[in-house]
Amino acid sequence: MVNRLRTHWLRLIVHIGVWLPLIWILWDALHNRLGAEPIREIILRTGKTALVLLILSLACTPANSWLGFREALRVRRALGLYAFMYATVHLLIFVGVDYAFDWSLLYDAIFERPYALVGFAAFLVLLPIAMTSTQGWMKRLGQTWTRLHRGVYVAALLVIVHFVWSVKLDVREPLTYGAIVVALLILRLPPLRRKTSRRPSIPSILRRHHSNDAI
Amino acid sequence: MDKIHPSEITPEPLYLSRRQFIAAAGTVAAGIALSACGLASPTTSPTITTNLKASKDMDELGDPLTAYDTITHYNNFYEFSFDKEDVAERAQNFKTSPWTVQVGGLVNKPRTFGLEDLLKFEQEERIYRLRCVEGWSMVIPWIGFPLSKLLAQVEPRSSAKYVRFETLLDRQQMPMQRTSYFQWPYAEGLRLDEAMHPLTILATGLYGKPLPPQDGAPIRLVVPWKYGFKSCKSIVKIDLVEEMPVSFWMASAPDEYGFYANVNPDVSHPRWSQATERRIGELSRRKTLMFNGYAEQVASLYAGMDLRKFF
Repeated sequence: MVNRLRTHWLRLIVHIGVWLPLIWILWDALHNRLGAEPIREIILRTGKTALVLLILSLACTPANSWLGFREALRVRRALGLYAFMYATVHLLIFVGVDYAFDWSLLYDAIFERPYALVGFAAFLVLLPIAMTSTQGWMKRLGQTWTRLHRGVYVAALLVIVHFVWSVKLDVREPLTYGAIVVALLILRLPPLRRKTSRRPSIPSILRRHHSNDAI
Repeated sequence: MDKIHPSEITPEPLYLSRRQFIAAAGTVAAGIALSACGLASPTTSPTITTNLKASKDMDELGDPLTAYDTITHYNNFYEFSFDKEDVAERAQNFKTSPWTVQVGGLVNKPRTFGLEDLLKFEQEERIYRLRCVEGWSMVIPWIGFPLSKLLAQVEPRSSAKYVRFETLLDRQQMPMQRTSYFQWPYAEGLRLDEAMHPLTILATGLYGKPLPPQDGAPIRLVVPWKYGFKSCKSIVKIDLVEEMPVSFWMASAPDEYGFYANVNPDVSHPRWSQATERRIGELSRRKTLMFNGYAEQVASLYAGMDLRKFF
């Protein structure tokens, strides 16, 4: 038991921790603590959680290659999928509750002005990535899989634009997230990556050590 | 004005949830709390202020008034906090007495009014919709008087074309004014004919009570057909001027905020649509009305103007 905990502690933290923001929202909703605009509050919170989880999943590879924190690779996919889950809830509440599936109003909200459109684009980029996250798809797609999944950086940058555009004036918070995304992206650029090439990258790790282990 | 039952002016979801809360708290506890507050009705939350008065429980379109508690705890008042739900607490010790409003510029009789002078104008109730540029709205029973009555006393000269309003500058009491992120003090402006329009009021109260600090005490502008930010709060200075004034938001983000800022579902904010709004207390959105539903009264002010250009 203790041994298993020692091996799996990070996965345990991730798989339990990711539900806390959702439980917190439900708790606040039940106790009428979501403020004057509860729907907006839920949309903001689920959106921000999605972004944080997306950033954490992007941090996994550098955590391994730069810090030698190999354990991070085992939670990378889970973090990405949970980010997608929160993004889906975020979008569904916007479409289904905020706009009550009123397509003419939604058309205006999404296509009239760019911030909702950019958010929607980020979702469309994430969708195929989430759908091909299994090892079966990884093997089937080969190099295409790697290229497709690099799109997660595109999605993250779109989410940052979406966030910056959605605030009225004070953009310090979204720009902080933006700086983190850019920093993580720079760490993965080829010139920097070469310096760490002695450390194995994920597919090789998968093949050698954890071939039947979810990352 | 008739005294109305508080349950009639509270949006149903809030009212019902309070009922549930009290039921859950147990009749004994609720009974003690209520008797301590001297409230007769077991359906009224003890935290809700007493003596709220409004002549009707809805606006002229039949939409219910927003609860006092919501109007006073969801405020855009950047001088105190950028967080709408934090303003009430940060502003609670704001000193509104003594208070003077200096009215001058291109007028024949410039004058400094004390708050007591302003309260001598006949105070009347106006139930207005308030539409924020952020996409939410409320229905508020203001107490106040037409700005035109004040302007008549100072006699604007014929050269006066615009009116400029200024909020108090007090870095001690308004902590966010210490940040250099914005150009303080807050300023707003109206064209003279907009300022003289009978719908434009200086408000001194709401729900029959004096304005609380977070809602712009002791005196604020209310221009119901424009986005809320035009309705300058805690005013200390009113100037009649010849040139179009530069407002706080025009200075902060000139591409996004124009001088007119009329509520208009067809003219989007550069980053979001203005076609819909959420009435606070309702779940889904509703369509935004042209000039916030006051088109009949104010559309003629803008006859022949391109409202996309003059946004």
